[in-house]
Amino acid sequence: MPELIDIARRIAIAACGGEQVEAYASWTRDLHVRAYDGGIETLSSAETAGVGVRVIVGKRQGFAYVGSLEGDGPEEALAEARDNAGFASEDEHAAVAVPDGFEAVDLDLWRDELVNTPTEEKAALALELEKRARAADKRVRTVVEADYGDAAVEYAIVTSTGIEQSGRRTRCHIATEVIADDRRGDQTGFGYSMGRAPSDLDVEVAAGDAATRAVRMLGASKPKSASVTAVLDPRVTATLLSIVGSTLSGEEVAKGRSLFADRVGETVAHPDFRLVDDPTDVSAPAAARVDSEGLACRRNVLIEDGRLLGYLYDTRAGRLAGVPSTASAVRAGFKSTPGVGARALTLRPGDLDQAEIMRRVGNGLFVQSVKGVHSGVNAVSGDFSVGAEGLLIRDGAFAEPVRELTIASTIQRMLQHILFIGSDLEWLGGNASGLSLAIAEMSMGGI
Amino acid sequence: MTITGEPLLDTAVVERTLAAALRSGGNFAEVFVEDRSSVGITLDDRKVEELSSGRERGAGVRVIVGDTTGYAHTADLSEQGLRRAAEAASAVARGSTATGAGQVVSLAERRSGAERAGGSVPADTSKEAKVELLRRADDAARSSGAAVSQVVAGYGDSRRRILVANSEGILATDDQVRTRFSVQAVASGDTGMQTGRHAIAATTGFELFDRESVEDSARKAATMAITKLSARPAPSGVVPVVLEKGSGGVLFHEACGHGLEADGILKGASVYAGRMGEVVASPKVTLVDDGTYGDEWGALAIDDEGHPAQHNVLIKDGVLTDYMWDYLRGRKTDGSSSGNGRRQSYAHVPMVRMTNTYIVAGEDDPEEIVAQTPYGVYVARLGGGQVDTTTGDFVFGMVEAYLIEDGHITEPLRDANLIGNGPDVLRKVDAVGWDFAMGGPGTCGKDGQGVPVGCGQPTLRVTGITVGGTAGA
Repeated sequence: MPELIDIARRIAIAACGGEQVEAYASWTRDLHVRAYDGGIETLSSAETAGVGVRVIVGKRQGFAYVGSLEGDGPEEALAEARDNAGFASEDEHAAVAVPDGFEAVDLDLWRDELVNTPTEEKAALALELEKRARAADKRVRTVVEADYGDAAVEYAIVTSTGIEQSGRRTRCHIATEVIADDRRGDQTGFGYSMGRAPSDLDVEVAAGDAATRAVRMLGASKPKSASVTAVLDPRVTATLLSIVGSTLSGEEVAKGRSLFADRVGETVAHPDFRLVDDPTDVSAPAAARVDSEGLACRRNVLIEDGRLLGYLYDTRAGRLAGVPSTASAVRAGFKSTPGVGARALTLRPGDLDQAEIMRRVGNGLFVQSVKGVHSGVNAVSGDFSVGAEGLLIRDGAFAEPVRELTIASTIQRMLQHILFIGSDLEWLGGNASGLSLAIAEMSMGGI
Repeated sequence: MTITGEPLLDTAVVERTLAAALRSGGNFAEVFVEDRSSVGITLDDRKVEELSSGRERGAGVRVIVGDTTGYAHTADLSEQGLRRAAEAASAVARGSTATGAGQVVSLAERRSGAERAGGSVPADTSKEAKVELLRRADDAARSSGAAVSQVVAGYGDSRRRILVANSEGILATDDQVRTRFSVQAVASGDTGMQTGRHAIAATTGFELFDRESVEDSARKAATMAITKLSARPAPSGVVPVVLEKGSGGVLFHEACGHGLEADGILKGASVYAGRMGEVVASPKVTLVDDGTYGDEWGALAIDDEGHPAQHNVLIKDGVLTDYMWDYLRGRKTDGSSSGNGRRQSYAHVPMVRMTNTYIVAGEDDPEEIVAQTPYGVYVARLGGGQVDTTTGDFVFGMVEAYLIEDGHITEPLRDANLIGNGPDVLRKVDAVGWDFAMGGPGTCGKDGQGVPVGCGQPTLRVTGITVGGTAGA
């Protein structure tokens, strides 16, 4: 395989006068194993590579990609991107990144161990996970899925404006979903563990979490509608932070599509609320040394003491707002252009663990999981309404399980109505960490 | 980057690849070749921000040994590249004790795929014409009202040529063209901002816009956003819900469609497992999944395993009559595929997926359904949803809804989710209208793979669903 950086360089230097060219080349090797009923159900391995080319000529931007690094494929993508640019509107803000003086910190994101571990050993992890999940509780009837997955990614970004960056990372996970059954109906639970190499993965945690979450929901019923204090499970908090992060995109703000537009300097959340996006934190799964335009990733404080400090920007959104990029460009591989996004959102943890928060809340709803987030949350109006399941909290402890309910409010009110921020910070799968979070005055919709 | 009409792969190469895949054992081998090109254009804030295009070609090789599936794919379509993928996929077979190494049946004369019956391909239409469509939509949305503050319009098309061959003698090809337009309008007022959306899409070429007007679509999105500026909070709690025709087929896609996919059924991970022949819904409910349905968004000539698309009745007058099957799950039960084996791309293992899923029209007068509802919610458009197939619990978002008071549609409601339980909702359908419409296009996600699907339904009423608003019910 030719070196990615050489291919990206070959395309970037082909820029004609007056053109800006960005070439993003990437190579991914991934493996997915699913165990079922004591055997391997599916073993799928894949190697994907390609180049995405962005051309800006006469203030017009065009993009094209090709799913191959071979032969003239990259040159064809360049030609196609040039042609596409001819049909775009003039946009004085369109630009590829220019080196901004920030030095990229080298992060430890790659493990040879992942690449060198034989497939058989990875498959054995999936089999072991299935076995442990089944054995975790006698009420576990079926292990629907027990998966091992990993990916090794290499990438290079070169622009005609002087950016030349490359990087690589490994990621792996195990995940399982179980069904628990005690003749009152089925309940499901999901557990997982993530890392950069197989030795990071904790089979016991993934299996135990899945079983616990399914079993404690057995006998769940639909609650009466009420206004409650909700204690969010760390996974649910991570989902909420991810939504808040998307509304802090400088691009959405500039286009008048964010509930936080024009609110810099205002108090938008509880005074203990500090929200930071820090992709240089290696414990974040999406940590990166450079963003998807090749600028050094850096720590961005978005909300401090409840006050909104600013937004996230990539190069174009920054130019639109008249500020520098915060190195917050993200892209879904070589097939897409960069856009603004958070990578590693985290709240400053508080002093209380989950049990103490429950005691202080006294009566309320513990939200174990939510669904319908993409359909039930409006980042423009702030309306928030999602399906949920969990357990009622009575006298400071878990009481009966409840399901088929909704919790609703608005993002604006939820941030202001925070009662307690937990100390139990953990990094989860997406672009945000989680911790226990208690929020007052949520509408619980049930019977 | 234009796709030409030449064969994707020489038949002799396909046969040798299948033979290589079964060399170390295995009961079944399959080669899936795909050549896909796509164009995407976004008009945002009156600017064509970007016009992007892409091209991908590759092949996936699947080998089944006993209950184990091995899969590998490559972007290298040379015979060598294919052989490497075949060897990687068959690695799962090595050391297997499964007996009876498969034989490759001759592929000659088994070509069963559909060739495109007329119709344009995306390369026939200029990029200017595609951009022009978006400008027209933008103008129409903005002229719908002064409150419209932002418009985003998107156009996308794709051409996907596929070839599927397997060791049982299937050799099928298809040439799938899809075209999609969508528009989102934002309206601003004293009460904040609200959004409205609309989309047009079909499994056809640019001629889609001869019969569908992007201006109408844009005006619908703008009107929805403006109307919602005066919306009040939705109720919280269980209320009767009337779904306008074509507004909410996604409810049935989530509420029961996923639960009728054979992969979940065979693992006991569905509330519908073991219930064939039983009453699972109101007698007014007949549910169909139909991959042959015109040029709807989920339509196909063949599925991604080379099986012809079919019209499958899943629930007939409230009785469960069938599940949806792919090759693997059909084989496990000595049955056959129902044409529901689909995959996102050559890089993905096929699995059971829906195509166009809909409730068949009934005998009730749609206007009477509303008139005979003293209090409830009238849903004019649903957003996306999600389901836990094991419990049947599902959610989906209302993006355009109104209050029904004394048999009349009254005030608009703010966005909220509905939550319900699939089997419960199916039993509570107490009126099904004689009208019918397919709804907007959807992308159904399952196990990380997205495929285009269609949904539809007549006007119908569910006696009670939990609405997740913030106002007292």
